[in-house]
Amino acid sequence: MKPFDYRRAVAPESAIADVAGNPEAAYLAGGTNLVDHMKLGIAEPRLLVDITSLPLDEVAETQDGGVSIGANVRNSDLAAHPLIRSRYPVLSQALLSGASGQLRNLATTGGNLLQRTRCVYFQDVTTPCNKRAPGSGCSALEGYSRYHAILGASDDCIAVHPSDIAVALAALDATVVVQGPSGERSMALTDLHRLPDSRPDLDTVLEHGDLITAVRLPGLPWAERSAYRKVRDRASYAFALVSVAGAVELEDDGGAPGEVPVIRQVRIALGGVAHKPWRATLAEETLRGVQATHENFRAAADAELERAAPVGDNAFKVPMVRNTMISVLHELTREYS
Amino acid sequence: MEAEIILHVDGSRRALTIDTRTTLLDALRDRLGVYSPKKGCDHGQCGACTVLLNGRRVNSCLVFAVAQDGAEVVTAAGLAEGGNLHPVQQAFLDQDAFQCGYCTPGQVCSAVGMLAEADAAQPSYVTEGFRPEDSPAAADLDDEEIRERMSGNLCRCGAYVNIVAAVRQAAAGGSGA
Ligand SMILES: Cc1cc2nc3c(=O)[nH]c(=O)nc-3n(C[C@H](O)[C@H](O)[C@H](O)COP(=O)(O)OP(=O)(O)OC[C@H]3O[C@@H](n4cnc5c(N)ncnc54)[C@H](O)[C@@H]3O)c2cc1C
Ligand code: SF4
Ligand code: FES
Ligand code: FES
Repeated sequence: MKPFDYRRAVAPESAIADVAGNPEAAYLAGGTNLVDHMKLGIAEPRLLVDITSLPLDEVAETQDGGVSIGANVRNSDLAAHPLIRSRYPVLSQALLSGASGQLRNLATTGGNLLQRTRCVYFQDVTTPCNKRAPGSGCSALEGYSRYHAILGASDDCIAVHPSDIAVALAALDATVVVQGPSGERSMALTDLHRLPDSRPDLDTVLEHGDLITAVRLPGLPWAERSAYRKVRDRASYAFALVSVAGAVELEDDGGAPGEVPVIRQVRIALGGVAHKPWRATLAEETLRGVQATHENFRAAADAELERAAPVGDNAFKVPMVRNTMISVLHELTREYS
Repeated sequence: MEAEIILHVDGSRRALTIDTRTTLLDALRDRLGVYSPKKGCDHGQCGACTVLLNGRRVNSCLVFAVAQDGAEVVTAAGLAEGGNLHPVQQAFLDQDAFQCGYCTPGQVCSAVGMLAEADAAQPSYVTEGFRPEDSPAAADLDDEEIRERMSGNLCRCGAYVNIVAAVRQAAAGGSGA
């Protein structure tokens, strides 16, 4: 590990100035990804600006009935927060499905979104990897690709984004608040992460020095009926092979008793399939205004997966996503269908 | 680069000068001679290094010591009080919850932290229901909850069955934390 200076940030403005003004500086939050990467030699910052003392640790209701989450809120605290638990169960479940109790006590909301891929070649500095060393090639393309992308990948990178909560936040239409050297801006969570195209070295649209200060959830009363399902190689403490975040609102005056109700609104996002949390817009379009039946769930999954392009070891993900999506939709409409 | 920090470890105040690259785990073991936290993977993947940092269980291998100036650290070696083992430690003995013992200090710290989390109404991935009162208190944790909440601690000897029994015993007697 390269030697580095350590500074504890006392205000966002000075932290941003410290990092923006130094190409070799990085923010340190929970450290569960960055410290690991420094040990592996993937990241070599010469200045760490510790942001954990900044007052970004509040979970508060917003005026529009939504919730604002400070970037420093720890994953364990957010998962247990009564507002999140009761109004956005999909987010609480996604948080609790990630990592371990110990790691969730350290990991922060902002750091979780900006964690980097778990592609084994990215993490091994002795192998070619376009994300870590642009232009060196992609070892996964003809290598071990079991964990890799089936949607939106490029010839330069087939990595997936590992965050569980990003998938739930994508389904919930969350917004990310970013403070940079030239002021504050916000963006949809689905616009934060990029597809790899020819620049897999760029995970997100953020510029060096940009500080995530908060994540905002819109008021979404029907998200009370939401769920996160994660499929993995072991029952716990493992990254997703695939995951599905879903929320469904049914027409309440839909037809006679005993009739299958009609879906009014639906949100679906997929994890473990792409370089970013994948909002399943094609599946959502297929489901809006139709009855909550198995056939319609299947048609929706097929519509989304039509574009799937597995690379070899990961062909199993296509039926796995289809079945998980159908199963989540059943769970969310169970008392009716 | 060097930094001077103070850590309160198992009840004693320790001042030390460290290289900023030193993890909390290495500071404890290599600088302070506190050997109960173990280095298994050094990458957050095994839980052998688990300590209680300001009262919460964390992987000490992923924490830079320089960021913890003034912190209170409790390791498995600091849990006993006045010659009496902590109830979680006693339960590990009673239930024969180890073979080689390498993962044990981490398991014990993790269990102590986990039981306090349950008593603070923190849910887990397998908790059913979304109200605070749906989250089981430590004494009400079933085996599925214990396994899920302890999944951050691997045991290379596979002593899991007895580890779950030990945590169940400690939980039934109150968290003791
Ligand atoms: C063994 C293991 C298993 C795991 N399993 C899972 C899993 O199943 N699911 C899952 O989702 N995650 C998993 N994780 C990843 C874990 O959730 C992340 O490492 C964690 O969320 C990162 O948060 P942090 O606060 O520790 O970030 P840090 O490591 O401190 O930072 C990560 C990156 O974000 C930057 N950063 C941090 N905060 C900000 C901010 N506010 N603004 C701008 N930049 C910032 C840092 O500079 C750094 O580049 C696992 C990790 C490990 C080690
Ligand atoms: S998939 Fe992406 S991260 Fe993995 S080796 Fe290829 S370029 Fe690197
Ligand atoms: S040594 Fe820290 S988790 Fe393995
Ligand atoms: S007792 Fe040997 S590793 Fe757990």
